[in-house]
Amino acid sequence: MYRYDNFDHQITGQRIAQFGDQVRRRLSGELTEEEFRILRLHNGLYLQVHAYMLRVAVPYGLLSAAQMRMLATISRRYDRDYGHFSTRQNVQFNWIKLEDAPAILADLASVEMHANQTSGNCIRNITCDEFAGVAHDEILDPRPYAEILRQWSTFHPEFAYLPRKFKIAITGAGEDRAATAVHDIGLSAVKNARGEVGFRVLVGGGLGRTPILGTEICDFVPWQHVITYIESIVRVYNEYGRRDNLYKARIKILVKAIGIDEFRRRVEADWQYTRNGPCTVTTAELNRVAAFFTAPDYEQLPEHNAAMAAQISESRAFSNWVQRNVKPHKVPGYAAVVLSLKKTGIAPGDATAVQMDAAADLAERFSYAELRVTHMQNLVLADVKQSDLFDLWNAARELGMATPNIGLLTDIICCPGGDFCSLANARSIPLAKAIAARFDSLDFQHDIGEIELNMSGCMNACGHHHVGNIGILGVDKDGAEWYQISIGGAQGNHSSLGKVIGRSFTFAQTPEVVGRLLEVYVRERFADERFIDTVRRIGHIPFRDYVYAAPVKDDDALAGVEYRLISAGASHDAPLYAAGI
Amino acid sequence: MIIKYKTIAADDWTVLRPEENDTPHDVVVPCGKVIVPLKVWQAQRDVLQARTELGVWLASDERAEDLKNDLEKFSVIAVDFPKFADGRGYTIAGHLRTRLGYTGELRAIGDVLRDQMFYMQRVGFDAFATRSDKDIGAALKGLNDFSVTYQASSDESMPLFRRIQRGGES
Repeated sequence: MYRYDNFDHQITGQRIAQFGDQVRRRLSGELTEEEFRILRLHNGLYLQVHAYMLRVAVPYGLLSAAQMRMLATISRRYDRDYGHFSTRQNVQFNWIKLEDAPAILADLASVEMHANQTSGNCIRNITCDEFAGVAHDEILDPRPYAEILRQWSTFHPEFAYLPRKFKIAITGAGEDRAATAVHDIGLSAVKNARGEVGFRVLVGGGLGRTPILGTEICDFVPWQHVITYIESIVRVYNEYGRRDNLYKARIKILVKAIGIDEFRRRVEADWQYTRNGPCTVTTAELNRVAAFFTAPDYEQLPEHNAAMAAQISESRAFSNWVQRNVKPHKVPGYAAVVLSLKKTGIAPGDATAVQMDAAADLAERFSYAELRVTHMQNLVLADVKQSDLFDLWNAARELGMATPNIGLLTDIICCPGGDFCSLANARSIPLAKAIAARFDSLDFQHDIGEIELNMSGCMNACGHHHVGNIGILGVDKDGAEWYQISIGGAQGNHSSLGKVIGRSFTFAQTPEVVGRLLEVYVRERFADERFIDTVRRIGHIPFRDYVYAAPVKDDDALAGVEYRLISAGASHDAPLYAAGI
Repeated sequence: MIIKYKTIAADDWTVLRPEENDTPHDVVVPCGKVIVPLKVWQAQRDVLQARTELGVWLASDERAEDLKNDLEKFSVIAVDFPKFADGRGYTIAGHLRTRLGYTGELRAIGDVLRDQMFYMQRVGFDAFATRSDKDIGAALKGLNDFSVTYQASSDESMPLFRRIQRGGES
C-alpha cells in the first residue's frame, strides 16, 4: 500500500499544527463557533447529539494491520472502545472531546492516516472497489489513481469552499462495486481499441433529497488527463453551482438545470486551458505510486484446495460461510474474505477495540497484513490462501466476525441515525437491530437469497436507502419517527432508484412490513430469481397491495417502544467539553 | 491597515459599496483612490478611465473575463467574499492570474479571515483587507500555515510531482 514520503509527512504535520492552533483559538474564544465550524469539519470533526464525532479517512478503504491497531488504540484512549465503519469506507468515533482532537490526529499521522476533508463542502475521501487489485474481473488496479487524486484533492486551494460536499468513486473492474452512479463523479476504468487506459466519467449522481443516477460526461478520458479533466468539472461546479439553497447545491442539481450537454460544453471550454498542461499526470508519477500497490509474493497453488473441499462437505456452518463471505480471487488457490460487521444485535458497521486489534492480527496471520473497509460496512482480508480459510473462519467466529450473511437480508447498510446524528429524523440502528433479530434464522436468509436492505435516518441518505432493494427512510411527522418504505433500488452495473410503496409506518410496524414484502417475493419468485429481479418483473404494485391489505401489527418484540425521537440535536454555541458523559 | 506582500501596511484605498437604491449609472464615485464595483466601472467607464488611480472589485457571482480588456486600467483589482464560506472568489482569482495574466495587486475584501488566507494566497491574492474586528497581526500568521503543497496553482505552476523527485523517506 502507499507509504508517505517526507513531503506527505510534512503536509500532514503542518495540517495538525494548523488545526491544533484553531482548536486553541476556539477554546480561548478567539474564534466563534460559526467561524470554527467549517474548520473543524475540514478536519472531520462533527458536533453530534452527545459529543464530537471524528471521521477518520481510510483512503480508498485500505488499511494496514498497524493502522487498524491504531484505530483500536484511539478508541480506547479517547473514545468508548469501539469505532463505526461507514458507507464511505471511513471510521467514525462517536465520543470525542474537542481538546483531544489534535492529539488524535497526531496519533493517526504516526501511522500515515488523517481526517482531512472527511466532511465540509470540499472533495471528500475517494472511495474504491474493496476488491481492487485482487478482483477476477479487474481491468486495472484503480488504487494508484485514487492515491494520485487523493493528493491532488488534499488542501486544493481552489476547492475548499465548494457549494456543497463533493464525492468521487473509482472502480477498475467490470462489475461496479464502488457505486459510481451515485457519486458526484464516478470513474470507471476502460481500455480503448488501441489498448490504452482511460476512464469513463459519470457526473451528477447522488442520493440525498434528490436522488439521481450519474450521467456520462465523457466515455474516455485518457489516464494522463484524469486530474485536469476532474479539475475542470469541479471548477465549473464551483463557479456555477447554486449557493442560495443548501438542498439544491450539489452538482447533480446544476447538471440537471443546465443539461448534460451545456455542462459538458463548459467543462471542455475550461479544460482547453489546462489539458496537456503541467497537471497532466506523468508516467514517472504513475509508476512511482503504482509501485506501492504491487501484488504480494503469492505462492504457486492449485486452483482448488482439496482439504477445503473436504471441510466444506463436513461442516454446514463452514460451507455457509464460504458460500456467502468468501469471494473469488484472481490468483489460483487464493480467496478474498469478508469479515462481517453485521452480527445480529450489533449496530451495523460497529467494531470493538478487541475486534479491531484481532482483525489486525488476522490480517498479519492470513493476508499480508492488510485489510479493506467496504462501502457495505464490512471488512475484507483480500489475499487469503484457500488452505487457511478453515482456520481463519474458526478465529473469526470467536470474534463474532464470521456471520455468514454477506449480501443477505441482515447485511444491512445503516447510518448512525437519531441515536448519534443531529441531522436524523429517526433512529436507524435500533430498527436495523430489530429487523435483524426478526429475520435472524440463517435458513430463512439463505432461502431469501441475495437482497440489500438499506436504511437512512433522514433524507440525507447516508444509509443509501434509495439504492436498497428494500429501502427504509426515517421521516419526522410532528416530532414522531416514521419510516417510509421503498423497493426496487439497486447499486452496481444495473443501478436503479427505489420507488416508495405508500404511506409510512411506525418503528414497531416496520419489521412486519419487511416480512410482508418478503412473503410476496416468496410467493411470486421464479426458481432462482433474486428479490430485485422479481420486483423488476412484476412491479411494485403486488407488494404494495399485500402490505396495505390488512392492518400492520406491531412487532412482538417491540411492544411498548417509544415512538418519539428523544434526542434534541446538538446546537451548542460554546465549545462542548465531553467530560462526564 | 491591510496585509500586502506579506506585511502589514497602511492603506488609503476606499471600497465603494453602493447603497440599495444606487444604480451603477448614478452612484457618485468620490475623488481619490476608490475601488469601484464592476458594474459601476462598466456604467461609468467613459468618465472613470480618465482617472490615474482606480481600482475595481468583483462580486463573487461576477466573472473575471469581464475585465479581460481592461486589466491595465486598474491599480488594484479586488474580489469580494460576502461570506468566507463562499468559495467562488478562489476561482475568480485563479482566472485573473493564470488565464488573463493579471500581475498587479489582487486584493481579497469582505469576510476575509486568517484561516482562509493560505488558500487565498495560493490562488493569487497578494493583499488582504482582513475583517476589522480581528487582530491583523495574528491574521498575518495564516500565510505561513504550510511550506509544502501538492497542487499547482497561481503561486506554483507545477504540481509537487513535477517540482521535485519524490519518494524520500523522512
